[in-house]
Amino acid sequence: MNIIVVGLSHKTAPVEIRERIAFAPTAMERPLHTLVNLPAVTEGIIVSTCNRVELYATSREPEVATAQLRHFLADFHQLDLAELDTHLYEYHGRDAIRHVFRVASSLDSMVIGEPQILGQIKTAYGYASEFKTSGVILNRFLHKAFSVAKRVRTETEIASNAVSVSFAAVELARKIFGTLEDKTVLLIGAGEMCELAARHFINNGVSSVLVTNRTHERAVKLAEEFNGKSILFENFTEILHRVDIVLTSTGAPNYILGAKRVEEVIKQRKRKPMFLIDIAVPRDIDPKVNDIDNAYLYDVDDLQGVVAANLKERHKEAKKAEGIIDQEIDQFYQWLTSLDIVPTIVALRKKFETIRQAELEKTFSNLKDLGKKERKAIEAMSAAIINKALHQPISALKESQNNPAGDTYLEALRTLFDLPAVSSDPEEPEGRS
Amino acid sequence: MSVSILLFKISLLTYFAATVLYLVDIIAKREKAGRAGRWVLVGGFVLHCATLVVRYIETGYTPVSSLHESLSFSAWSLVGIYLLFDLRYRLSVIGAFITPLALVTMIFGGATVTRATQLNPMLKSWWFPVHVTLAFLGNAVFTLAAVVSVMYLIQERMLKSKKFSRLFYQLPSLSTLDQINYKCLSFGFPLMTMGIISGAVWANAAWGGYWRWDPKETWALITWFLYAALLHGRMMAGWRGRRAAIFSIVGFACLLFTFLGVNLFFAGEHSFDSLQGR
Repeated sequence: MNIIVVGLSHKTAPVEIRERIAFAPTAMERPLHTLVNLPAVTEGIIVSTCNRVELYATSREPEVATAQLRHFLADFHQLDLAELDTHLYEYHGRDAIRHVFRVASSLDSMVIGEPQILGQIKTAYGYASEFKTSGVILNRFLHKAFSVAKRVRTETEIASNAVSVSFAAVELARKIFGTLEDKTVLLIGAGEMCELAARHFINNGVSSVLVTNRTHERAVKLAEEFNGKSILFENFTEILHRVDIVLTSTGAPNYILGAKRVEEVIKQRKRKPMFLIDIAVPRDIDPKVNDIDNAYLYDVDDLQGVVAANLKERHKEAKKAEGIIDQEIDQFYQWLTSLDIVPTIVALRKKFETIRQAELEKTFSNLKDLGKKERKAIEAMSAAIINKALHQPISALKESQNNPAGDTYLEALRTLFDLPAVSSDPEEPEGRS
Repeated sequence: MSVSILLFKISLLTYFAATVLYLVDIIAKREKAGRAGRWVLVGGFVLHCATLVVRYIETGYTPVSSLHESLSFSAWSLVGIYLLFDLRYRLSVIGAFITPLALVTMIFGGATVTRATQLNPMLKSWWFPVHVTLAFLGNAVFTLAAVVSVMYLIQERMLKSKKFSRLFYQLPSLSTLDQINYKCLSFGFPLMTMGIISGAVWANAAWGGYWRWDPKETWALITWFLYAALLHGRMMAGWRGRRAAIFSIVGFACLLFTFLGVNLFFAGEHSFDSLQGR
């Protein structure tokens, strides 16, 4: 049995294509059933997110199935296959396993380490099990992918550092203040990024929010939204000493906060540290503020620098994650081939046994005067010949499940002895899932 | 080899193992190593406690009189104080800074092993162990203060310059480091004060005078004034952060000089025989 992946992602297809072959989450039943009704496909899952559409399937005839899956994608969305084909990728066997493990672990994501993709695959798997289009192999496969993703997340730091400007601000604040629980944030002006950052601060425990704006009504409205207090713009420097974190994004052409004032404020605060985040362009806060002891000033470029450094760190961690995935592939692949090997061995033995029985019958009907003892001896001898003759090939076959040659052996065996295509044993030979 | 020396060597090796584990934690980012390091360190500390007890039984006095004993006791205090703070803060990064210090102290202690000799009759006083124990515990707390101060300065430098090395991701927040620094000061200062007072009382009993301006006493007083100024600044003027960190480091340098430098450069009542060879 072979695992196949056919699909496209942000790496191979522009959004114009991706949006056209996306599957609506509210109507998964029809496409899933169409998928598993394809003649060469036995099990199937459809993963559809804004960054990727992928089909995971199992099949005995991977080449045929792949073609059918490509057609299915084009036909289902009424697209020209020739146009779609250039964007599609496909993986078989080990490569397919690696691909899905990498996707689930967020190594293939646009932002490496982002956590959503795992949830999206879980949802996709949920649909497949709801409509019973996944079977023994895909069930086990997906559960394995989830556990690999979890391992990657806990054993590497692939997702530990902020990769957005607003999260980076929160992270820096944590490095300065430790806990944000009893801290006060002041919002000056109302840019979108500023609001987003404020929201992150609130989600991370900041207790009180002050808002000021040149247009006071805007400040009042925003303060209401954040459950905070509005401050008259003319007065904001007066309350600065109560503020631990300042977020500014006004459209002012000049600095609205100078180094001298901040120095006074720090003194007023008994030198408790202050974190000032200036997202405005042109900047709102005099850059000299950063030279003041216990004041930390970050502008947009600084934050973007932090994000870039964190991304670099994630890429380094991704290398570690690939190592983890390599180990897990071997383990899973072994299980997958064992699924085929056991029934093949059974079929092989059965074939020989049938031949033996037929030949014994022939022999016994010709030699009617054989005694009971002689008959027994002939039976035992024929059984021994078969066992001895099959011993070496069967152990070689069992051995081969540990290496990629296993499939070739199985193919050869089936062809040479004309064995019937086996259906996977529904019982899992290994206990762990 | 006496039992106490054997135990000492085993503790030293255990500290070595703990140091390696802590360093693996922060350099290779293996949290498990740090957690294992903590337990190995606890094991080493227990062994070290046994070392001191056995040494006490062997010699019949509190083992803080020779250079070897003093170094061993210093390392013991440092590890003990660190483990105490670790109960509250659980920061293996600090362990990665502290354990190498303790290890180096132990190695020097191992290099200066001398056979337990008859105690100088002058030191046979109930006040002697009290004085030395208080002083050493104070030293250990101030060592921890200096370590977190160095960490503070590194972290502050990175936040200001906006250039982050890998260490940045592992160091605790500025506020935590400053808090630990303050806590060390408020534990260390009383210990040091009591150490000096008990020393004076003992000196009065032994020599008939509270204060003799022995070089060690002078330097201890200078160090005491430094820490007093820092404590005052923290409580009254809101000193914190960088300034407090620098002060802690300067104070520690003075402390180190008081403990070791004075013995090397001056002669006086506080010197160890093995360094002076008199």
